[in-house]
Amino acid sequence: MHYHLTDLYRLQPSFLHRLDPRVKLLAAFGYILAVSLTPEGTWWAFAFFFLLLLLATFLTRLGIFFTIRRSFIVLPFVLAALAVPFTSPGQVIWRIPGLNWGVSEPGLIRFLSILARSWLAVQAAILLTAVTQFQDLLWALGSLRFPRVLVSTIGFMYRYLFVLADEATRMMRARASRSARVPGSRRRSLLWQGKAAGAMVGSLFLRAIERSERVYAAMLSRGYDGQMRSLTHFHMRAKDWISLVTVGLLLIVPLSVDWMV
Amino acid sequence: MHHTIEVRDLQFTYPDGRAALRGVSFYIAPGEKVALVGPNGAGKSTLMLHLNGILRDRGEVRVCGTLVEEHTLGEIRSSVGLVFQDPDDQLFSPTVFDDVAFGPLYMGLPEADVRARVQRALEAVELRGYSDRVCHHLSGGEKKRVAIATVLSMDPEILVLDEPTAGLDPRARRSLIHLLHDLPQTMLVSTHDIPMVAELFERTVVIDEGEIVYDGSTQSLMTNRDLLAQHGLEAP
Repeated sequence: MHYHLTDLYRLQPSFLHRLDPRVKLLAAFGYILAVSLTPEGTWWAFAFFFLLLLLATFLTRLGIFFTIRRSFIVLPFVLAALAVPFTSPGQVIWRIPGLNWGVSEPGLIRFLSILARSWLAVQAAILLTAVTQFQDLLWALGSLRFPRVLVSTIGFMYRYLFVLADEATRMMRARASRSARVPGSRRRSLLWQGKAAGAMVGSLFLRAIERSERVYAAMLSRGYDGQMRSLTHFHMRAKDWISLVTVGLLLIVPLSVDWMV
Repeated sequence: MHHTIEVRDLQFTYPDGRAALRGVSFYIAPGEKVALVGPNGAGKSTLMLHLNGILRDRGEVRVCGTLVEEHTLGEIRSSVGLVFQDPDDQLFSPTVFDDVAFGPLYMGLPEADVRARVQRALEAVELRGYSDRVCHHLSGGEKKRVAIATVLSMDPEILVLDEPTAGLDPRARRSLIHLLHDLPQTMLVSTHDIPMVAELFERTVVIDEGEIVYDGSTQSLMTNRDLLAQHGLEAP
């Protein structure tokens, strides 16, 4: 059995899929930056960014609701900001009946802005991984002068995450197969079960270390000298440059509107 | 170049003091294909890791006439292709292409040469068109073939394989045996697959408890039932 769960890439011959991964990476990064810098309560700007996102999703032909459907997975993280409406000073517009906690107006605006920013940023990331293969993304990071050690660490993590997950599944199955109980015997305590689980995590860790040593030996065998190297897989074409400039211009639209008014 | 392996009085002790190899010596002639058999823990894998200098201790290893030393490691590693037992250890790159290109890339070859070598290596193991596949999603037999391609792309004179048929289904095993038969390189293959040894190798080295206990023709080993039983082996 293998894990495929993190393979988010969807094969679809669309314009966005064929773009140079560096363009997509820069566009997504620029988008997230622009959304994060949008001031609180500028709803028209958030709406504009949302329309941009919908337009990009439309171009992928994955279905207009593709990123929205997948974005709900991160909603729980927004809970971290749940205290903001109650703690920000300002005019109280509503009180929770019974608890007498007041929701202030600036607090609510701040909370909704945080919600909008994180929701849009997450959707941009989801779209990026859906239209770019992971190895192309790694390559793009490397060729944009992202630290090589970091890039290769991410690459190894991605490569061996599945192997480790498979290993953990096998261990859990082996434990389940031996977790028999004699009828009438007492159930083992939670502490005992915790110890067994701890031992499993420990042995998984040891296996990972041993594997890393073997992988390193395999790398040395093929001439690895501590320096990561890679080939050029993509060349910037006219349409890549045009796309990059277009995205850049679109992202500064809200800024210039604000400046002119 | 004479594609030989010469090992003289090789000794290796684990950090915990356990002796893994106690004075191993043998010689493999150019183009010869030799099987290395012996029980688990006999020292087969340890011996193989010495052949390209991953492990070094006391004794002398010469590959293609060059002594394995610190400053010859680069040269040694491009002439010895070592294929590890678990392909998940060997295939550490995201895609098949990246993995097969890894060796040539570190040999400092220009990009066009690297691509040509990847192409050739994948053709040699009959995996044309696998370049963009993700290593994790390959079958066991395919992973083994890719693992072999990753060293073939370095154009090695010598191939050293650790249990190549372990964990393969009969069909994958059969096609791997054909592949090993067709490859022209000098070869040392460690295995528990005695039927394959009988079929493919004229010469067999038996190692047990870090010592070579037999080195000679496979045919006469297979008829020596006492020796086989003594080292936990079975005739096919």
